[in-house]
Amino acid sequence: MADIRPSASIEAVESGLAAQGYIASRQIATAVYLAQQIEKPILVEGPAGVGKTELAKAIAAWRGMKMIRLQCYEGLDEAKALYEWKYAKQLLYTQILKDKLGEVLGGAPTLEAALNQLHDFGDVFFSKEFVEPRPLLQALEQPAGCVLLIDEIDKSDAEFESLLLEILSDFQVTIPELGTVVAVAPPTVILTSNSERDLGDALKRRCLHLHIGFPEQKLEERIVESRVPGISQTLRRQMVSFIHEVRTLDLKKLPSVSESIDWARVLVLLQARELGHEVVKDTLNVLLKYEADIEATTPQVSTFVAKASRQNVFG
Amino acid sequence: MRENLHRFFRAARGAGVRLSPAESIDAMRAVSKVGFTDRTILRDTFLLTLAKTQDEKKALGDCFDLFFDQPEPQSPPEDGEADGQHAEESNAASDSPGDASDGGEQTERLGQLAQMLLAQDRNQISAAIANAAGAASLSDIRYFTQRGIFSGRILDQMGIERLRDDLDSLAATNPALAERLTNALDGLRGTVRETVSQALMLYGREEAENLRNEILRNAPLSRIEPRQVEQMRHLIRQIARRLRERYSKPRKRQRRGHLDVRRTIRRNAAWGGVPFLTAWKRRHRDKPKIIALCDVSGSVARVSDFFLLLIHSLHEVVDDVRSFAFSGHLIEVSDILESKSPEEAMAEIMSKVGFGSSDYGSSLDDFEHGWMSAITPQTTVIVLGDARSNNLDPRADILRRIAERSKRLVWLNPEGRMAWGWGDSEMPRYSTFCTVVRQCATAKQLERAVSDIVASYQ
Repeated sequence: MADIRPSASIEAVESGLAAQGYIASRQIATAVYLAQQIEKPILVEGPAGVGKTELAKAIAAWRGMKMIRLQCYEGLDEAKALYEWKYAKQLLYTQILKDKLGEVLGGAPTLEAALNQLHDFGDVFFSKEFVEPRPLLQALEQPAGCVLLIDEIDKSDAEFESLLLEILSDFQVTIPELGTVVAVAPPTVILTSNSERDLGDALKRRCLHLHIGFPEQKLEERIVESRVPGISQTLRRQMVSFIHEVRTLDLKKLPSVSESIDWARVLVLLQARELGHEVVKDTLNVLLKYEADIEATTPQVSTFVAKASRQNVFG
Repeated sequence: MRENLHRFFRAARGAGVRLSPAESIDAMRAVSKVGFTDRTILRDTFLLTLAKTQDEKKALGDCFDLFFDQPEPQSPPEDGEADGQHAEESNAASDSPGDASDGGEQTERLGQLAQMLLAQDRNQISAAIANAAGAASLSDIRYFTQRGIFSGRILDQMGIERLRDDLDSLAATNPALAERLTNALDGLRGTVRETVSQALMLYGREEAENLRNEILRNAPLSRIEPRQVEQMRHLIRQIARRLRERYSKPRKRQRRGHLDVRRTIRRNAAWGGVPFLTAWKRRHRDKPKIIALCDVSGSVARVSDFFLLLIHSLHEVVDDVRSFAFSGHLIEVSDILESKSPEEAMAEIMSKVGFGSSDYGSSLDDFEHGWMSAITPQTTVIVLGDARSNNLDPRADILRRIAERSKRLVWLNPEGRMAWGWGDSEMPRYSTFCTVVRQCATAKQLERAVSDIVASYQ
């Protein structure tokens, strides 16, 4: 155990992701490192806009792999996620080959012999040729491995989870007519969920469970810094502090990291140097997505701005 | 260290983190990759591999902190080395305190525990406690009633017998030293008690909760004490949640099945059998329809509370539920149950029709006149009540008509079978028309009954 230096590798993950503009917390980096080491999918939960999907993109970019994305929705099924038979093609081929039937069966003297000969050809129509691979099967077939993002798994039906289980635990799927397809290179699987529906235990058990919440202030500053390079340090610190204050309010939808980044971009565009009462009021709609939320926050703006600039002095 | 990990897993289970062997294997694999050196990474690793919800993460984090703050039980040092060490330490200890210089010879004749206590070496004592706790398998502690036993076992392991002998002999020869030893022993007892309590917190929580729930599940609903009512509600809600997780179906579902070869060929006959259009088999499923009639009269008031709670959860599981409550007369309560929280809904229903004296006959009459047409051949009708109609006309003929119209008629009775037919109970008359009659007096029976009803539609 002495020659393993896990912290170094976890740091490698951290810096690798950082190079792609994804500032990962220690826990995220540990999860990515472990997922690689013990070959397990990561189930990422957390509020919208904290960078769950971004994580998959960053991993793919960092490791130079293709990313295959499966967006889940109600009613998603095997035929759309895994594979489907090209029925029309099968049927058309039968029609086209109808004329050839005579040649195939030509030599058969009895009905039984003809049937036997037909049986030999029967499997042709349920072969790889007629399988239409969908994201999950595509992911298994990537020769160089890939990052498989199963996005918003909580939107899918409970039955769909069971469909995933074989892939998640063994990186293989069984197609009844063809047999088992095993992954060429085990894909890195990221599942994301907004916890709209409780996921099954069987699914959770197969994954590392990572919860990404709103980042701490320091981390969020670094995230904004990496995403919006033009922003001054003072403004960055003030706006992040302001957002953290807003998150303490009881709102319908709290501003998340993606909103902070948008807001930072807007502030830079407006060439703001410091966070002022007026600027905040004008741009609050970037940060908050509901009229009711904006109304609830507006009276607090002055206090928060004051707090933010005070913190800048001490922080 | 492996032993330590297993103890941690047990502690995690105690903290309420559901943990299967497969998960602990994953955790061990993960730990073998990251090592033990960095405490925060170790913590993150456990949180990632073991905890599956945000609550569990919090519980596990607390458990981790509690667990790794404990002194790690050290493996007993090798004998020869240990003796030398102890001799040295006890010598050093007996030399240093000034007042004990005259008792130096005596201390050497004392047992190990006495020497250790007099030496007041905290580290040594806590290591000894930890060793004794390991030997007494303290991590098996489950219930708070076991605290005494485990404290006793640990003290025994540490050699309290010998210490008592020493105390007896010292009391005669050196009262001052005996006094010091007695004080030290009291301190030791306190520390051991604390260790045991902490272990109980670590390992015992889940078992205690399970035991309490198990007792509660089997307790008659009508005889629940007021202080247990809240717990019972909690339990029923748990049952309801389990039902929901097991049976709730998303509103929309893919209904396309396999290729329907026959229909495909028929449909494409116009093109000489070249199949341009495909036809698909559709899955058919009975849509669950449930009508629940709940007695909320005075005689079953305590139970009907829980009945209503469960019906409330039925509304969440099954789309098409209509609920009715009655005592003297009957009203529909579906809207109340669907739009309000369980507590509000129950209060409102009780204020509208609750606590009266029950009249099954007129309530059934109300139902027949108002809502009989709601029953279809797919409907399961559930009646929750004790069938005690205060010697009024039971109108079993209406129940017969209900049974004839519906798919199934289920009667859940909070009274035991022995009581049916005695006094004003009309159960024997009603039961002839029921598909299923069940006693339903405890949470467990309630869960099973409802689960059966819902499962029959899957």
